[in-house]
Amino acid sequence: MTVNPKLTPLLLSGPALLVFIGLVISPLVMTALLSFYDWGQYKGIVAEFTIKNWHEVIADGYYYEIFGRTLRIALFVTLITVLIGVPEAYILNRMTPRWRGVFLLVVIGPLLISVVARTLGWALLFGSTGLISQALLALGIAREPVDLMFTETGVVIALTHVLVPFMVLAVMAALQRLNPDVENAAMSLGASAFTVWRRVVLPQIVPGILSGSVIVFALAASAFATPAIIGGRRLKVAATLAYDEFLNTLNWPLGAAIAMILLVALVAIIVGSNRLIERRYAQVFE
Amino acid sequence: MRRNGPLALVFHAIFVAFILAPIVVVCAVAFTPEGYLSLPTKGFSLRWFKAILDYPEFLRAFRDSLWLAALSSTIAIGLAVPAALAIARYRFIGREAITALFLSPLMIPHVVLGIAFLRFFSQIGLSGSFLGLVLSHIIVVLPFALRLVLASSYGIDQRIEHAAISLGASSFVTFRRVTLPLIMPGVVSGWVLAFINSFDEVTMTVFIASPSTTTLPVRLFLYIQDNIDPLVSSISASLILMTAVVMIVLDRLFGLDRLFLGSAKS
Repeated sequence: MTVNPKLTPLLLSGPALLVFIGLVISPLVMTALLSFYDWGQYKGIVAEFTIKNWHEVIADGYYYEIFGRTLRIALFVTLITVLIGVPEAYILNRMTPRWRGVFLLVVIGPLLISVVARTLGWALLFGSTGLISQALLALGIAREPVDLMFTETGVVIALTHVLVPFMVLAVMAALQRLNPDVENAAMSLGASAFTVWRRVVLPQIVPGILSGSVIVFALAASAFATPAIIGGRRLKVAATLAYDEFLNTLNWPLGAAIAMILLVALVAIIVGSNRLIERRYAQVFE
Repeated sequence: MRRNGPLALVFHAIFVAFILAPIVVVCAVAFTPEGYLSLPTKGFSLRWFKAILDYPEFLRAFRDSLWLAALSSTIAIGLAVPAALAIARYRFIGREAITALFLSPLMIPHVVLGIAFLRFFSQIGLSGSFLGLVLSHIIVVLPFALRLVLASSYGIDQRIEHAAISLGASSFVTFRRVTLPLIMPGVVSGWVLAFINSFDEVTMTVFIASPSTTTLPVRLFLYIQDNIDPLVSSISASLILMTAVVMIVLDRLFGLDRLFLGSAKS
Protein backbone atom coordinates (compact mmCIF):
# COMPACT_ATOMS: atom_id res chain seq x y z
CA MET A 1 0.00 0.00 0.00
CA THR A 2 1.51 3.29 -1.02
CA VAL A 3 -0.25 6.38 0.21
CA ASN A 4 1.35 9.77 0.05
CA PRO A 5 2.28 10.36 3.71
CA LYS A 6 1.05 13.93 3.44
CA LEU A 7 -2.42 12.63 2.71
CA THR A 8 -2.52 10.14 5.61
CA PRO A 9 -3.74 12.56 8.32
CA LEU A 10 -6.38 13.90 5.97
CA LEU A 11 -7.59 10.39 5.15
CA LEU A 12 -7.68 9.48 8.83
CA SER A 13 -9.58 12.55 10.01
CA GLY A 14 -11.58 12.91 6.78
CA PRO A 15 -14.66 10.88 7.79
CA ALA A 16 -15.10 12.76 11.06
CA LEU A 17 -14.43 16.06 9.27
CA LEU A 18 -17.15 15.39 6.68
CA VAL A 19 -19.61 14.45 9.42
CA PHE A 20 -18.85 17.65 11.34
CA ILE A 21 -19.13 19.89 8.29
CA GLY A 22 -22.45 18.28 7.42
CA LEU A 23 -23.88 18.03 10.91
CA VAL A 24 -22.40 20.92 12.92
CA ILE A 25 -21.44 23.71 10.57
CA SER A 26 -24.37 23.51 8.16
CA PRO A 27 -27.13 23.30 10.85
CA LEU A 28 -25.56 26.26 12.70
CA VAL A 29 -25.30 28.30 9.51
CA MET A 30 -28.92 27.46 8.67
CA THR A 31 -30.02 28.55 12.15
CA ALA A 32 -28.09 31.81 11.83
CA LEU A 33 -29.85 32.44 8.49
CA LEU A 34 -33.20 31.50 10.02
CA SER A 35 -32.81 34.26 12.59
CA PHE A 36 -33.01 36.80 9.73
CA TYR A 37 -36.23 35.31 8.27
CA ASP A 38 -39.64 36.84 8.63
CA TRP A 39 -42.43 35.21 10.62
CA GLY A 40 -46.13 35.85 11.11
CA GLN A 41 -48.87 34.17 13.09
CA TYR A 42 -50.72 33.11 9.92
CA LYS A 43 -48.08 33.20 7.20
CA GLY A 44 -45.50 31.16 9.13
CA ILE A 45 -41.81 31.37 8.20
CA VAL A 46 -41.11 33.52 5.18
CA ALA A 47 -37.65 33.58 3.59
CA GLU A 48 -37.35 37.35 3.45
CA PHE A 49 -34.42 39.18 4.99
CA THR A 50 -35.34 41.14 8.08
CA ILE A 51 -33.61 42.18 11.29
CA LYS A 52 -36.85 42.45 13.25
CA ASN A 53 -36.18 39.30 15.32
CA TRP A 54 -32.84 40.66 16.47
CA HIS A 55 -34.36 44.04 17.08
CA GLU A 56 -37.18 42.51 19.12
CA VAL A 57 -34.86 40.40 21.29
CA ILE A 58 -32.44 43.26 21.97
CA ALA A 59 -34.96 46.09 22.39
CA ASP A 60 -37.91 44.42 24.16
CA GLY A 61 -37.77 44.69 27.98
CA TYR A 62 -39.35 41.25 28.32
CA TYR A 63 -36.34 39.49 26.75
CA TYR A 64 -33.99 41.85 28.50
CA GLU A 65 -35.38 40.67 31.84
CA ILE A 66 -34.99 36.98 30.91
CA PHE A 67 -31.39 37.39 29.74
CA GLY A 68 -30.68 39.39 32.90
CA ARG A 69 -32.14 36.61 35.04
CA THR A 70 -30.10 33.97 33.17
CA LEU A 71 -26.92 35.95 33.78
CA ARG A 72 -27.78 36.50 37.46
CA ILE A 73 -28.51 32.80 38.05
CA ALA A 74 -25.30 31.76 36.27
CA LEU A 75 -23.20 34.21 38.30
CA PHE A 76 -24.68 33.09 41.63
CA VAL A 77 -24.25 29.41 40.76
CA THR A 78 -20.62 30.03 39.75
CA LEU A 79 -19.91 31.96 42.96
CA ILE A 80 -21.46 29.30 45.21
CA THR A 81 -19.72 26.43 43.43
CA VAL A 82 -16.40 28.24 44.02
CA LEU A 83 -17.22 28.84 47.69
CA ILE A 84 -18.16 25.22 48.39
CA GLY A 85 -16.34 23.33 45.63
CA VAL A 86 -12.83 24.66 46.30
CA PRO A 87 -12.71 23.73 50.02
CA GLU A 88 -14.29 20.36 49.25
CA ALA A 89 -11.65 19.62 46.60
CA TYR A 90 -8.93 20.62 49.08
CA ILE A 91 -10.42 18.35 51.76
CA LEU A 92 -10.76 15.44 49.31
CA ASN A 93 -7.17 15.90 48.22
CA ARG A 94 -5.91 15.61 51.80
CA MET A 95 -7.74 12.34 52.49
CA THR A 96 -6.03 8.98 52.46
CA PRO A 97 -6.28 7.40 48.98
CA ARG A 98 -8.89 4.93 50.18
CA TRP A 99 -11.34 7.48 51.58
CA ARG A 100 -10.63 9.79 48.68
CA GLY A 101 -11.70 7.04 46.28
CA VAL A 102 -14.94 6.48 48.18
CA PHE A 103 -15.88 10.15 48.39
CA LEU A 104 -14.86 10.92 44.81
CA LEU A 105 -17.44 8.34 43.83
CA VAL A 106 -20.03 10.17 45.97
CA VAL A 107 -19.11 13.66 44.79
CA ILE A 108 -18.37 13.08 41.10
CA GLY A 109 -20.59 10.05 40.55
CA PRO A 110 -23.82 12.11 40.32
CA LEU A 111 -22.49 13.52 37.03
CA LEU A 112 -23.39 10.15 35.53
CA ILE A 113 -26.96 10.23 36.86
CA SER A 114 -29.58 11.71 34.55
CA VAL A 115 -30.02 15.41 35.28
CA VAL A 116 -33.79 14.89 35.19
CA ALA A 117 -33.61 12.39 38.06
CA ARG A 118 -31.37 14.70 40.10
CA THR A 119 -33.63 17.71 39.53
CA LEU A 120 -36.70 15.64 40.43
CA GLY A 121 -35.14 15.15 43.88
CA TRP A 122 -34.99 18.92 44.38
CA ALA A 123 -38.57 19.31 43.14
CA LEU A 124 -39.61 16.83 45.85
CA LEU A 125 -37.63 18.68 48.53
CA PHE A 126 -38.68 22.21 47.53
CA GLY A 127 -42.51 22.28 47.62
CA SER A 128 -44.40 23.96 50.49
CA THR A 129 -45.02 20.47 51.95
CA GLY A 130 -41.50 19.28 51.06
CA LEU A 131 -38.82 18.28 53.54
CA ILE A 132 -36.98 21.61 53.44
CA SER A 133 -40.13 23.51 54.34
CA GLN A 134 -40.98 20.97 57.07
CA ALA A 135 -37.48 21.19 58.52
CA LEU A 136 -37.43 25.01 58.52
CA LEU A 137 -40.83 25.07 60.26
CA ALA A 138 -39.76 22.47 62.83
CA LEU A 139 -36.55 24.37 63.60
CA GLY A 140 -38.51 27.58 64.01
CA ILE A 141 -36.49 29.35 61.29
CA ALA A 142 -39.60 29.90 59.21
CA ARG A 143 -43.08 30.81 60.44
CA GLU A 144 -44.91 29.85 57.26
CA PRO A 145 -44.32 27.02 54.81
CA VAL A 146 -41.43 27.87 52.48
CA ASP A 147 -42.04 27.13 48.82
CA LEU A 148 -38.84 27.19 46.77
CA MET A 149 -40.50 25.81 43.63
CA PHE A 150 -40.68 28.36 40.80
CA THR A 151 -38.20 30.67 42.56
CA GLU A 152 -34.77 31.85 41.48
CA THR A 153 -33.33 30.62 44.79
CA GLY A 154 -34.64 27.14 44.02
CA VAL A 155 -33.12 27.15 40.52
CA VAL A 156 -29.77 28.36 41.92
CA ILE A 157 -29.69 25.61 44.59
CA ALA A 158 -30.58 22.84 42.14
CA LEU A 159 -28.12 24.07 39.48
CA THR A 160 -25.37 24.36 42.09
CA HIS A 161 -25.98 20.73 42.96
CA VAL A 162 -25.88 19.67 39.30
CA LEU A 163 -22.71 21.64 38.47
CA VAL A 164 -20.52 21.62 41.61
CA PRO A 165 -18.82 18.31 40.62
CA PHE A 166 -17.23 20.13 37.65
CA MET A 167 -15.67 22.66 40.02
CA VAL A 168 -14.38 19.92 42.34
CA LEU A 169 -12.84 18.12 39.34
CA ALA A 170 -11.14 21.25 37.99
CA VAL A 171 -9.69 22.21 41.38
CA MET A 172 -8.62 18.62 42.13
CA ALA A 173 -6.70 18.58 38.85
CA ALA A 174 -4.88 21.78 39.88
CA LEU A 175 -4.21 20.47 43.41
CA GLN A 176 -2.67 17.29 42.08
CA ARG A 177 -0.06 19.31 40.20
CA LEU A 178 1.07 20.95 43.45
CA ASN A 179 4.30 19.93 45.05
CA PRO A 180 3.50 19.01 48.69
CA ASP A 181 7.08 19.93 49.66
CA VAL A 182 6.31 23.61 49.12
CA GLU A 183 3.47 23.41 51.64
CA ASN A 184 5.68 21.57 54.08
CA ALA A 185 8.46 24.11 53.61
CA ALA A 186 6.08 26.98 54.40
CA MET A 187 4.88 25.16 57.49
CA SER A 188 8.39 24.36 58.70
CA LEU A 189 9.20 28.06 58.36
CA GLY A 190 6.43 28.77 60.87
CA ALA A 191 3.44 29.67 58.69
CA SER A 192 0.01 28.87 60.15
CA ALA A 193 -2.30 26.48 58.32
CA PHE A 194 -4.42 29.40 57.13
CA THR A 195 -1.39 31.35 55.90
CA VAL A 196 -0.13 28.30 54.00
CA TRP A 197 -3.52 27.92 52.36
CA ARG A 198 -3.84 31.60 51.48
CA ARG A 199 -0.27 32.39 50.41
CA VAL A 200 0.97 29.05 49.05
CA VAL A 201 -1.92 26.81 47.96
CA LEU A 202 -4.48 29.34 46.73
CA PRO A 203 -2.24 31.26 44.29
CA GLN A 204 -1.25 28.00 42.63
CA ILE A 205 -4.79 26.68 42.17
CA VAL A 206 -6.32 29.94 40.92
CA PRO A 207 -6.07 28.79 37.27
CA GLY A 208 -7.96 25.61 38.21
CA ILE A 209 -10.64 27.64 39.98
CA LEU A 210 -10.94 29.97 37.00
CA SER A 211 -11.25 27.20 34.43
CA GLY A 212 -13.79 25.45 36.67
CA SER A 213 -15.71 28.73 36.88
CA VAL A 214 -15.78 29.07 33.09
CA ILE A 215 -17.21 25.55 32.73
CA VAL A 216 -19.80 26.06 35.48
CA PHE A 217 -20.82 29.49 34.23
CA ALA A 218 -21.26 28.29 30.64
CA LEU A 219 -23.30 25.26 31.71
CA ALA A 220 -25.42 27.29 34.16
CA ALA A 221 -26.17 30.01 31.61
CA SER A 222 -27.31 27.46 29.02
CA ALA A 223 -28.96 24.97 31.42
CA PHE A 224 -32.37 23.79 30.32
CA ALA A 225 -33.84 20.80 32.19
CA THR A 226 -33.23 22.10 35.72
CA PRO A 227 -34.66 25.62 35.22
CA ALA A 228 -37.54 24.12 33.22
CA ILE A 229 -38.53 21.76 36.06
CA ILE A 230 -37.77 24.00 39.07
CA GLY A 231 -38.51 27.37 37.46
CA GLY A 232 -41.43 26.18 35.37
CA ARG A 233 -43.13 28.41 32.83
CA ARG A 234 -43.32 31.29 35.29
CA LEU A 235 -39.57 31.72 35.67
CA LYS A 236 -38.03 31.61 32.22
CA VAL A 237 -34.33 31.65 31.39
CA ALA A 238 -32.73 31.99 27.95
CA ALA A 239 -32.79 28.25 27.20
CA THR A 240 -36.41 27.70 28.25
CA LEU A 241 -37.40 30.87 26.39
CA ALA A 242 -35.88 29.53 23.17
CA TYR A 243 -37.67 26.21 23.77
CA ASP A 244 -41.03 27.97 24.15
CA GLU A 245 -40.53 30.03 20.99
CA PHE A 246 -39.72 26.90 19.03
CA LEU A 247 -42.20 24.36 20.35
CA ASN A 248 -45.11 26.42 21.74
CA THR A 249 -45.27 29.77 19.92
CA LEU A 250 -43.69 28.19 16.82
CA ASN A 251 -41.90 31.47 16.06
CA TRP A 252 -38.75 29.73 14.85
CA PRO A 253 -36.93 32.83 13.52
CA LEU A 254 -37.24 34.56 16.90
CA GLY A 255 -36.16 31.38 18.71
CA ALA A 256 -33.18 31.16 16.34
CA ALA A 257 -32.17 34.74 17.20
CA ILE A 258 -32.31 33.90 20.93
CA ALA A 259 -30.21 30.78 20.33
CA MET A 260 -27.63 32.76 18.35
CA ILE A 261 -27.30 35.37 21.10
CA LEU A 262 -26.80 32.62 23.66
CA LEU A 263 -24.22 30.88 21.45
CA VAL A 264 -22.22 34.00 20.58
CA ALA A 265 -22.24 35.27 24.18
CA LEU A 266 -21.10 31.96 25.62
CA VAL A 267 -18.43 31.22 23.02
CA ALA A 268 -17.07 34.75 23.49
CA ILE A 269 -16.98 34.32 27.27
CA ILE A 270 -15.39 30.85 27.13
CA VAL A 271 -12.74 31.68 24.50
CA GLY A 272 -12.03 35.10 26.02
CA SER A 273 -11.57 33.88 29.57
CA ASN A 274 -9.54 30.85 28.50
CA ARG A 275 -7.17 33.19 26.62
CA LEU A 276 -6.96 35.42 29.67
CA ILE A 277 -6.29 32.54 32.05
CA GLU A 278 -3.60 31.09 29.78
CA ARG A 279 -1.85 34.41 29.32
CA ARG A 280 -2.05 35.44 32.97
CA TYR A 281 -0.96 32.07 34.30
CA ALA A 282 1.24 30.87 31.45
CA GLN A 283 3.87 29.54 33.84
CA VAL A 284 1.38 27.12 35.41
CA PHE A 285 0.56 25.49 32.08
CA GLU A 286 4.14 24.74 31.05
CA MET B 1 0.82 15.53 54.59
CA ARG B 2 -1.45 17.14 57.15
CA ARG B 3 -4.78 15.67 58.14
CA ASN B 4 -8.14 17.36 57.76
CA GLY B 5 -9.19 19.13 60.95
CA PRO B 6 -12.59 18.66 62.62
CA LEU B 7 -13.96 21.80 60.99
CA ALA B 8 -12.98 20.48 57.57
CA LEU B 9 -14.70 17.17 58.29
CA VAL B 10 -17.92 18.93 59.38
CA PHE B 11 -17.85 20.91 56.14
CA HIS B 12 -17.23 17.71 54.22
CA ALA B 13 -20.19 15.97 55.92
CA ILE B 14 -22.53 18.85 55.05
CA PHE B 15 -21.25 18.87 51.47
CA VAL B 16 -21.81 15.14 51.06
CA ALA B 17 -25.31 15.48 52.57
CA PHE B 18 -26.07 18.24 50.04
CA ILE B 19 -24.90 16.04 47.17
CA LEU B 20 -26.81 12.96 48.32
CA ALA B 21 -30.04 14.60 49.58
CA PRO B 22 -32.01 14.83 46.33
CA ILE B 23 -30.81 11.41 45.17
CA VAL B 24 -31.81 9.74 48.44
CA VAL B 25 -35.17 11.53 48.45
CA VAL B 26 -36.05 10.29 44.96
CA CYS B 27 -35.26 6.72 45.99
CA ALA B 28 -37.13 7.00 49.32
CA VAL B 29 -40.29 8.38 47.72
CA ALA B 30 -40.30 5.61 45.13
CA PHE B 31 -41.05 3.01 47.81
CA THR B 32 -44.22 4.70 49.05
CA PRO B 33 -47.35 2.53 49.30
CA GLU B 34 -49.54 5.63 48.89
CA GLY B 35 -51.09 6.78 45.64
CA TYR B 36 -49.60 10.25 46.00
CA LEU B 37 -46.28 11.80 46.98
CA SER B 38 -45.62 12.15 50.68
CA LEU B 39 -42.54 12.60 52.79
CA PRO B 40 -41.69 11.06 55.14
CA THR B 41 -43.42 7.96 53.80
CA LYS B 42 -45.16 5.44 55.98
CA GLY B 43 -44.63 1.83 55.05
CA PHE B 44 -42.75 0.24 52.22
CA SER B 45 -44.03 -1.03 48.92
CA LEU B 46 -42.78 -1.95 45.48
CA ARG B 47 -46.12 -1.01 43.97
CA TRP B 48 -44.74 1.92 41.97
CA PHE B 49 -41.92 -0.17 40.55
CA LYS B 50 -44.48 -2.72 39.36
CA ALA B 51 -46.51 0.17 37.94
CA ILE B 52 -43.68 0.98 35.50
CA LEU B 53 -44.58 -2.20 33.62
CA ASP B 54 -48.06 -0.78 32.96
CA TYR B 55 -46.57 2.10 31.00
CA PRO B 56 -45.21 0.57 27.79
CA GLU B 57 -44.25 4.03 26.49
CA PHE B 58 -41.61 4.33 29.22
CA LEU B 59 -40.28 0.84 28.50
CA ARG B 60 -40.15 1.59 24.79
CA ALA B 61 -38.33 4.87 25.47
CA PHE B 62 -35.84 2.99 27.65
CA ARG B 63 -35.18 0.46 24.89
CA ASP B 64 -34.81 3.23 22.30
CA SER B 65 -32.41 5.10 24.60
CA LEU B 66 -30.20 2.02 24.91
CA TRP B 67 -30.14 1.49 21.14
CA LEU B 68 -29.50 5.15 20.47
CA ALA B 69 -26.64 5.28 22.97
CA ALA B 70 -25.08 2.04 21.67
CA LEU B 71 -25.28 3.08 18.00
CA SER B 72 -24.17 6.68 18.39
CA SER B 73 -21.26 5.90 20.70
CA THR B 74 -20.05 3.06 18.47
CA ILE B 75 -20.13 5.23 15.34
CA ALA B 76 -18.55 8.12 17.26
CA ILE B 77 -15.67 5.91 18.43
CA GLY B 78 -15.27 4.62 14.85
CA LEU B 79 -14.80 8.20 13.67
CA ALA B 80 -12.76 9.27 16.71
CA VAL B 81 -10.06 6.57 16.56
CA PRO B 82 -8.60 7.47 13.12
CA ALA B 83 -9.09 11.19 13.83
CA ALA B 84 -7.25 10.88 17.15
CA LEU B 85 -4.38 9.00 15.49
CA ALA B 86 -4.10 11.72 12.85
CA ILE B 87 -4.09 14.48 15.48
CA ALA B 88 -1.73 12.69 17.87
CA ARG B 89 1.02 11.77 15.45
CA TYR B 90 0.95 14.00 12.40
CA ARG B 91 1.71 17.69 12.09
CA PHE B 92 -0.44 18.97 9.27
CA ILE B 93 -2.03 22.23 8.18
CA GLY B 94 -5.30 22.82 9.98
CA ARG B 95 -4.54 20.31 12.72
CA GLU B 96 -5.45 22.69 15.53
CA ALA B 97 -8.54 23.93 13.70
CA ILE B 98 -9.74 20.35 13.17
CA THR B 99 -9.18 19.51 16.84
CA ALA B 100 -11.11 22.61 17.90
CA LEU B 101 -13.93 21.71 15.51
CA PHE B 102 -14.18 18.15 16.85
CA LEU B 103 -14.25 19.39 20.44
CA SER B 104 -16.64 22.28 19.69
CA PRO B 105 -19.86 20.44 20.71
CA LEU B 106 -18.56 20.69 24.29
CA MET B 107 -18.71 24.47 24.00
CA ILE B 108 -21.96 24.88 22.05
CA PRO B 109 -24.96 24.96 24.41
CA HIS B 110 -27.12 21.88 23.86
CA VAL B 111 -30.20 24.08 23.44
CA VAL B 112 -28.52 25.69 20.46
CA LEU B 113 -27.56 22.30 19.02
CA GLY B 114 -31.15 21.12 19.52
CA ILE B 115 -32.52 24.14 17.67
CA ALA B 116 -29.94 23.81 14.89
CA PHE B 117 -30.75 20.11 14.39
CA LEU B 118 -34.50 20.76 14.51
CA ARG B 119 -34.14 23.30 11.70
CA PHE B 120 -31.67 21.16 9.74
CA PHE B 121 -33.65 17.92 9.98
CA SER B 122 -36.94 19.59 9.08
CA GLN B 123 -35.25 20.98 5.97
CA ILE B 124 -33.79 17.66 4.83
CA GLY B 125 -36.80 15.57 5.81
CA LEU B 126 -35.38 13.76 8.83
CA SER B 127 -37.45 15.37 11.57
CA GLY B 128 -38.73 13.04 14.24
CA SER B 129 -36.77 10.08 12.86
CA PHE B 130 -34.54 7.71 14.78
CA LEU B 131 -31.79 8.32 12.22
CA GLY B 132 -31.90 12.02 13.11
CA LEU B 133 -31.46 11.17 16.80
CA VAL B 134 -28.47 8.93 16.02
CA LEU B 135 -26.79 11.57 13.83
CA SER B 136 -27.22 14.31 16.42
CA HIS B 137 -26.02 12.10 19.26
CA ILE B 138 -22.88 11.15 17.31
CA ILE B 139 -21.99 14.85 17.30
CA VAL B 140 -22.51 15.45 21.02
CA VAL B 141 -20.68 12.34 22.21
CA LEU B 142 -17.75 12.41 19.77
CA PRO B 143 -15.71 14.94 21.81
CA PHE B 144 -15.80 12.65 24.85
CA ALA B 145 -14.65 9.67 22.79
CA LEU B 146 -11.99 11.74 21.04
CA ARG B 147 -10.48 13.15 24.23
CA LEU B 148 -9.97 9.75 25.81
CA VAL B 149 -8.63 8.11 22.62
CA LEU B 150 -6.31 11.10 22.13
CA ALA B 151 -4.98 10.78 25.68
CA SER B 152 -4.06 7.14 25.10
CA SER B 153 -2.65 7.77 21.58
CA TYR B 154 -0.10 10.34 22.72
CA GLY B 155 1.81 7.91 24.88
CA ILE B 156 2.44 5.22 22.26
CA ASP B 157 6.01 4.40 21.34
CA GLN B 158 5.88 4.50 17.54
CA ARG B 159 8.98 2.33 17.28
CA ILE B 160 6.80 -0.68 18.10
CA GLU B 161 4.73 0.01 15.00
CA HIS B 162 7.83 0.58 12.89
CA ALA B 163 9.11 -2.78 14.08
CA ALA B 164 5.87 -4.47 13.00
CA ILE B 165 6.05 -2.84 9.55
CA SER B 166 9.73 -3.70 9.12
CA LEU B 167 8.84 -7.31 9.91
CA GLY B 168 6.47 -7.26 6.97
CA ALA B 169 3.08 -6.45 8.51
CA SER B 170 0.72 -4.39 6.36
CA SER B 171 -0.58 -1.06 7.72
CA PHE B 172 -3.94 -2.65 8.47
CA VAL B 173 -2.42 -5.60 10.33
CA THR B 174 -0.16 -3.20 12.24
CA PHE B 175 -3.18 -1.14 13.24
CA ARG B 176 -5.27 -4.12 14.30
CA ARG B 177 -2.58 -6.15 16.06
CA VAL B 178 -0.30 -3.42 17.44
CA THR B 179 -1.85 0.05 17.58
CA LEU B 180 -5.40 -0.84 18.54
CA PRO B 181 -4.43 -3.02 21.53
CA LEU B 182 -2.19 -0.18 22.76
CA ILE B 183 -4.95 2.44 22.65
CA MET B 184 -7.66 0.00 23.83
CA PRO B 185 -8.05 1.53 27.34
CA GLY B 186 -8.83 4.89 25.76
CA VAL B 187 -11.17 3.32 23.21
CA VAL B 188 -13.16 1.41 25.84
CA SER B 189 -13.39 4.25 28.34
CA GLY B 190 -14.18 6.71 25.54
CA TRP B 191 -16.99 4.48 24.33
CA VAL B 192 -18.41 4.12 27.84
CA LEU B 193 -18.33 7.86 28.49
CA ALA B 194 -19.92 8.48 25.08
CA PHE B 195 -22.63 5.91 25.84
CA ILE B 196 -23.48 7.50 29.20
CA ASN B 197 -23.56 11.00 27.74
CA SER B 198 -25.87 9.88 24.96
CA PHE B 199 -28.13 8.00 27.36
CA ASP B 200 -28.46 11.01 29.71
CA GLU B 201 -28.77 13.70 27.03
CA VAL B 202 -32.07 15.55 27.38
CA THR B 203 -31.67 19.22 26.41
CA MET B 204 -30.83 18.69 22.75
CA THR B 205 -32.98 15.59 22.30
CA VAL B 206 -36.14 17.28 23.58
CA PHE B 207 -36.09 19.46 20.45
CA ILE B 208 -35.72 16.68 17.91
CA ALA B 209 -37.54 13.74 19.47
CA SER B 210 -41.08 12.98 18.33
CA PRO B 211 -43.79 11.35 20.47
CA SER B 212 -43.19 8.03 18.69
CA THR B 213 -39.37 8.17 18.72
CA THR B 214 -38.12 9.48 22.01
CA THR B 215 -35.66 8.71 24.77
CA LEU B 216 -36.30 7.87 28.40
CA PRO B 217 -34.90 11.14 29.87
CA VAL B 218 -37.00 13.18 27.43
CA ARG B 219 -40.19 11.23 28.20
CA LEU B 220 -39.49 11.57 31.91
CA PHE B 221 -38.84 15.29 31.54
CA LEU B 222 -42.05 15.91 29.61
CA TYR B 223 -44.03 13.83 32.14
CA ILE B 224 -42.54 15.75 35.09
CA GLN B 225 -43.48 19.07 33.49
CA ASP B 226 -47.15 18.07 33.74
CA ASN B 227 -47.27 16.20 37.01
CA ILE B 228 -44.94 14.78 39.62
CA ASP B 229 -46.16 11.49 41.06
CA PRO B 230 -44.60 8.37 42.60
CA LEU B 231 -44.29 6.82 39.13
CA VAL B 232 -41.61 9.29 38.02
CA SER B 233 -39.68 8.73 41.21
CA SER B 234 -39.76 4.94 40.82
CA ILE B 235 -38.48 5.32 37.23
CA SER B 236 -35.82 7.79 38.39
CA ALA B 237 -34.87 5.52 41.27
CA SER B 238 -34.40 2.63 38.82
CA LEU B 239 -32.19 4.88 36.68
CA ILE B 240 -30.17 5.95 39.73
CA LEU B 241 -29.72 2.34 40.80
CA MET B 242 -28.52 1.28 37.34
CA THR B 243 -26.17 4.24 37.16
CA ALA B 244 -24.76 3.41 40.59
CA VAL B 245 -23.89 -0.12 39.44
CA VAL B 246 -22.28 1.19 36.24
CA MET B 247 -20.43 3.82 38.28
CA ILE B 248 -18.89 1.29 40.65
CA VAL B 249 -17.83 -0.96 37.75
CA LEU B 250 -16.30 2.03 35.93
CA ASP B 251 -14.48 3.15 39.04
CA ARG B 252 -12.96 -0.31 39.43
CA LEU B 253 -11.98 -0.47 35.75
CA PHE B 254 -10.69 3.02 35.01
CA GLY B 255 -11.00 5.22 38.09
CA LEU B 256 -13.77 7.83 37.87
CA ASP B 257 -11.46 10.81 38.29
CA ARG B 258 -9.30 9.71 35.37
CA LEU B 259 -12.36 9.10 33.21
CA PHE B 260 -13.58 12.65 33.87
CA LEU B 261 -10.26 14.43 33.79
CA GLY B 262 -9.88 12.99 30.30
CA SER B 263 -6.65 11.08 30.75
CA ALA B 264 -7.26 7.35 30.70
CA LYS B 265 -4.09 5.58 31.73
CA SER B 266 -3.24 2.28 30.20
